[in-house]
Amino acid sequence: MKEEGKKKLWQEYQKEIADDRYFYVRSCVRQSFFPGAEQAFLKIMREELGKDVFEHACHTTCTGIAYHADVVPFDTTMTVVARQFSLMTESGYQNLVPSCITSFGVYTEILETWKHFPEVEAKVREFLFKATGRTFEIPKNLAHASDVIYKFRDSIASRAKYKLVNQQTGEPLRVVEHIGCHYAKMFPHKGIGGAEFPHVLIGMVESWGGEVIDYPERRHCCGFGFRQYLVQANRGYSVACSKKKFESMEPYMPDLIVTNCPGCPMFLDRWQYVIAEMENHTYGADKQGIPVLTFEEMAAMVLGYDPWEIGLQVHQIPVEPLMIKMGIPFDPGKKYLGKNSKDMGRPEIPDYLNYSGMKI
Amino acid sequence: MKGLFDRLSADIRVQEGLKACINCGTCTAICPAAGFYNYDPRILTDMVQKRDDNVIEELLKGEFIWYCGECMSCKSRCPRGNVPGLLITALRALSQELGFFTMSEKGRQQLAVKRTVGEWIIKHGYCLYLEGAGTEVHPEQGPIWDWVQGNWRDVFDKMEANYQGSGPGILRKIPEESMEELRRIFDVTGGTARFEQIEKCSEEKAAEMGMEYSKDSDCEYLRHVCLANEKDHNRH
Repeated sequence: MKEEGKKKLWQEYQKEIADDRYFYVRSCVRQSFFPGAEQAFLKIMREELGKDVFEHACHTTCTGIAYHADVVPFDTTMTVVARQFSLMTESGYQNLVPSCITSFGVYTEILETWKHFPEVEAKVREFLFKATGRTFEIPKNLAHASDVIYKFRDSIASRAKYKLVNQQTGEPLRVVEHIGCHYAKMFPHKGIGGAEFPHVLIGMVESWGGEVIDYPERRHCCGFGFRQYLVQANRGYSVACSKKKFESMEPYMPDLIVTNCPGCPMFLDRWQYVIAEMENHTYGADKQGIPVLTFEEMAAMVLGYDPWEIGLQVHQIPVEPLMIKMGIPFDPGKKYLGKNSKDMGRPEIPDYLNYSGMKI
Repeated sequence: MKGLFDRLSADIRVQEGLKACINCGTCTAICPAAGFYNYDPRILTDMVQKRDDNVIEELLKGEFIWYCGECMSCKSRCPRGNVPGLLITALRALSQELGFFTMSEKGRQQLAVKRTVGEWIIKHGYCLYLEGAGTEVHPEQGPIWDWVQGNWRDVFDKMEANYQGSGPGILRKIPEESMEELRRIFDVTGGTARFEQIEKCSEEKAAEMGMEYSKDSDCEYLRHVCLANEKDHNRH
């Protein structure tokens, strides 16, 4: 196919991502489970790439989890999001970057709703003004944090200290990329590559030396399901979804799983532990499980950040086997030390996952 | 009950999510909930497009609408632009508005979600606030979570968080004036009314079921809705 025709064909799968001056909103899930990931993102953006990323102390949850668990009405969620827009406007920014995929989906849903139903936007403006006296401008650009890292993936590659390559064999690492459902399933044209060909994580993996695995359940949900995980009686749904994915990817022998959603890495990490405990079945080589990373953690590893500063010790599935493959040096003795080398004790070792060689 | 379809279709998510279902079943093939629960988004969409108030009432009072995980995978593949997941959000909203949600085992669980995620938002400004939420309630979080819980502040300090601090950062204390704005938004937009409706209907249901209920703390009814699976919900 002619290059020109090819570009035209794939045009609708492209996405405009602002170049600088981002208003960053945090994720309730990511900051609770993978706090080092958000810090790594800010460090990469500010210190490596020299970008202006602003965070307002007064921003709150977008209510996305409660909205999708149906305890918060759409009007409430839209007005809370309008308040975030107001904080962005008063700070002099126009490019909104959420850390959370659920938030990204919520923001996208709201902006699309307002486009089709201007009277709803007018109603929300009234709600916000009545409740807070605030006004706002709509963001000029909305991109998920993974979109932004994707945009600068080659700059990151040029600064990389390590590659997604097995240092012993010289072969690319085999990577499962898992895209959060609310990234592009609802509004395909808002994600790089759409819902069918999401390229946001593939671009990073390939730029940093890895090889992406295609497997049958590649696009299946991790199993959060909002109320399906939040309520104890429903959690079988959640683990069943993850198990379906693990069984589908297992024959392809992945070296790691990378995700762009905050919840997915937690589920894909923890459910491996649960399945090991329940069924004495572990995925990955040597019964060690398959390490699960956020995209920020993967970028930070490539850039050579201290693994314990970016929080790799809060994963249940150990990341050490992956660091060994990549040739990343690490000090196991520092894994559970706090600031100023404070001893924080040690977690218990799970019964069935193989932690030998981890020096815990 | 008359007028239920009209009330449902007043929700813009129904206007956006219901076109003309051709019953092809593509949504069901891709649906994670359909693989686990006795659930089928094709049947759901077909039931809604019948525009029959009796059928809508059956949905609002039953288990069926509570099985979806709102992953919205159905949206990505429907050849006619239907979104069963959006219909679910509208049905669940109406079920709670009319107080029908306590008539199903899965619907009654809304109290558990309101008491956790809902109240974390109002108290802390976050959807999750997990200090103290340990493995007794979340055993799947494993020994690493016990370790994090046991060293909460030190772990977050290590990651350069701003736990309970002022200014920006991870798990910062959201300023009281911002919390006030958030609460007023809930008051003005129906968020507070939804919470009160969940509590009121749950209290009535607890009395009907002969269970102890407390608005402010743990109680027999809350524990029951968190754990009960007395019906067979699963696909076999």
